[in-house]
Amino acid sequence: MSHLLIAPVLLPAFFGALIILWMRHDLVLQRVFGVLGSALLLMLALYLNVLTADGTVHVYRLGNWAAPFGIVLMLDRLSTLMLLLTSVLALSVQLYAIGSGWDRKGWHFHALWQFQLMGVCGAFLTGDAFNLFVFFEVLLIASYGLMTHGGGAMRLRAGVQYVTYNIVGSSLFLVGLGLMYASTGTLNMVDMAQRVSEMPAGDTALLRVGAVILLLVFAIKAAVVPLHFWLPSTYANAPGPVAALFAIMSKVGIYAIIRFFTLVFPSDSVIGTIATDLILPAALITLTLGQIGVAGTQSLSRLAAFAAIGSIGTLLIPLARFTPEGVGAGLYYMIHSTLSAGALFLIADLVISRRGGDGWLRPRRAIINTGLISALFFATAIAVAGLPPLSGFLGKLMVLEVTAHDPWMIWIWSVVLVTSMLAIIGFARAGSVLFWKTHALDPEPGNDNDEGRRPPRGPVPVRLETDEPVQDVGDSASPTLAFVSVGVLLAGLTGLTLAGGPVSDYLQTTADQLFDMPAYVEAVLANQEGTK
Amino acid sequence: MELLVASAIGVLMACAVYLMLRLRAFAVVLGATMLTYAINAFLFVSGRLAVNQPPILNKYAENVSYTDPLPQALVLTAIVIAFGMTAVVVMMALGAFIEGGDDHIDMPDDDRLMPPLKTIKPEDETA
Repeated sequence: MSHLLIAPVLLPAFFGALIILWMRHDLVLQRVFGVLGSALLLMLALYLNVLTADGTVHVYRLGNWAAPFGIVLMLDRLSTLMLLLTSVLALSVQLYAIGSGWDRKGWHFHALWQFQLMGVCGAFLTGDAFNLFVFFEVLLIASYGLMTHGGGAMRLRAGVQYVTYNIVGSSLFLVGLGLMYASTGTLNMVDMAQRVSEMPAGDTALLRVGAVILLLVFAIKAAVVPLHFWLPSTYANAPGPVAALFAIMSKVGIYAIIRFFTLVFPSDSVIGTIATDLILPAALITLTLGQIGVAGTQSLSRLAAFAAIGSIGTLLIPLARFTPEGVGAGLYYMIHSTLSAGALFLIADLVISRRGGDGWLRPRRAIINTGLISALFFATAIAVAGLPPLSGFLGKLMVLEVTAHDPWMIWIWSVVLVTSMLAIIGFARAGSVLFWKTHALDPEPGNDNDEGRRPPRGPVPVRLETDEPVQDVGDSASPTLAFVSVGVLLAGLTGLTLAGGPVSDYLQTTADQLFDMPAYVEAVLANQEGTK
Repeated sequence: MELLVASAIGVLMACAVYLMLRLRAFAVVLGATMLTYAINAFLFVSGRLAVNQPPILNKYAENVSYTDPLPQALVLTAIVIAFGMTAVVVMMALGAFIEGGDDHIDMPDDDRLMPPLKTIKPEDETA
């Protein structure tokens, strides 16, 4: 039992507390220690990936209590994969937040960032259903602070909606847990899985209700239609780097769905295929609605938000049957969609901060660095829409491949392909309005007349007040660093494409491990030497 | 006893749903509070109802009935978390009310519809 298993939770907690207690008035120290914390987390995640590569399930018993009574942390290949994804995204987006100056728009940005990471890592590690709830709350309460970072009426209003929605979600989570506890008498996930598998088919109404309620809760987190209503306004109004970090938060919901419906409620248990029956149509509608949103929205940040919804739909489609192949394909798309959604939100922020906070898709004067930003936007749009050569194409290809013999194959293929077209149209429209029409817009500066008012002269928009809720490029600490961090995410996507074969083999092994329930029982319940 | 507890939870829940579907932040906050009350009571009884029993096992006595201590621990955690969340939503609703001028819970049209150019950039004048 290595104590490093709990380090992904303790490390951000330590750095968060350190930042908030000792360096709350010194932004430079906050930045240094914030980045240090995320970098250490990245190294830790890499080490844990090596540790779990041989396929063993590592268990950490808190306080060394025996398993169904004490709380356990459970580390398998899926957990470490998610930890790695989280830390890569967190570190690069944090660099963006520093480079763009977003972190000085309000207080405690870096401390909240660390607490957010603590919650996300804890949710990926825990092997206890109630602890999952607690870590959800940790990550949520940090996300409330991050989401309203910088303030502003619209952002606060979106924040109120977001908090309210999540209070309802958390309450439902408790209902689900109560039902699960009432019918199985345990909260340890592996123990729960064992008891569910031994349950007679007759008397399981309560259990099935509990399973569906848990599915609903995770679907709220993942923003699956029709429980997605919180997402567009929240992500569009959140600060750019925060929205980019939130790309991993919706994946926490996906992770919980995978964890619960492969381990606790596999489709050969008394639950049957109820999860598939609900998820598959919902995923198709999510994808359609997300891509219609991409094609129809009037604002750049909402475009990114709808693209995030669409990617959730795409990645749920192969997952829905809960077969090892499907989960493998889903995991590949999950990595792709996290990195590309993060990059898309950052690029949207790059554009908006150069247009004086105007994120609407309408022609304005050319922004500074328009060449570089439009190239980045083009590359990310290709990745998100799923065009070759980037990983979105490979991901969608895998989705189509694993669903080739599905009874719903006609529906799945037509929805995936037609909505890809919608996404392409949406991104092409956004790109041409943002980057091309600018040059066509009245070349004579003096003549450009918005209802009698002169436009700002020169390519740089006017400098905003520092307490404005939008970030301006004039306030940025280091525009280069901001570009570097977008570049890191795009490099990740390129790497995912180039190493597509090895990565998908690795993910397939990860997915296979999820269906090996005896290994989990052995690690968590059977092998308990030295416990109290 | 079961009927009393179940109907109390049901009434609380019905009130909570009604209040949360209102359009004003104050009613929604009240609804959220009632919702968490209902859920806490629900969670508390998820270990079965046992009245006047201690939440401890006594290994020296035979056939002693006890009440399940785990839901009590869970509900304590849930109460603390719900309390914190309610405080957060009150503060944020207050902030939104002060900054936005009203306490409507739904987003204004400006959130998704493009406003005319002149209203969004009054600063343009100073360039």
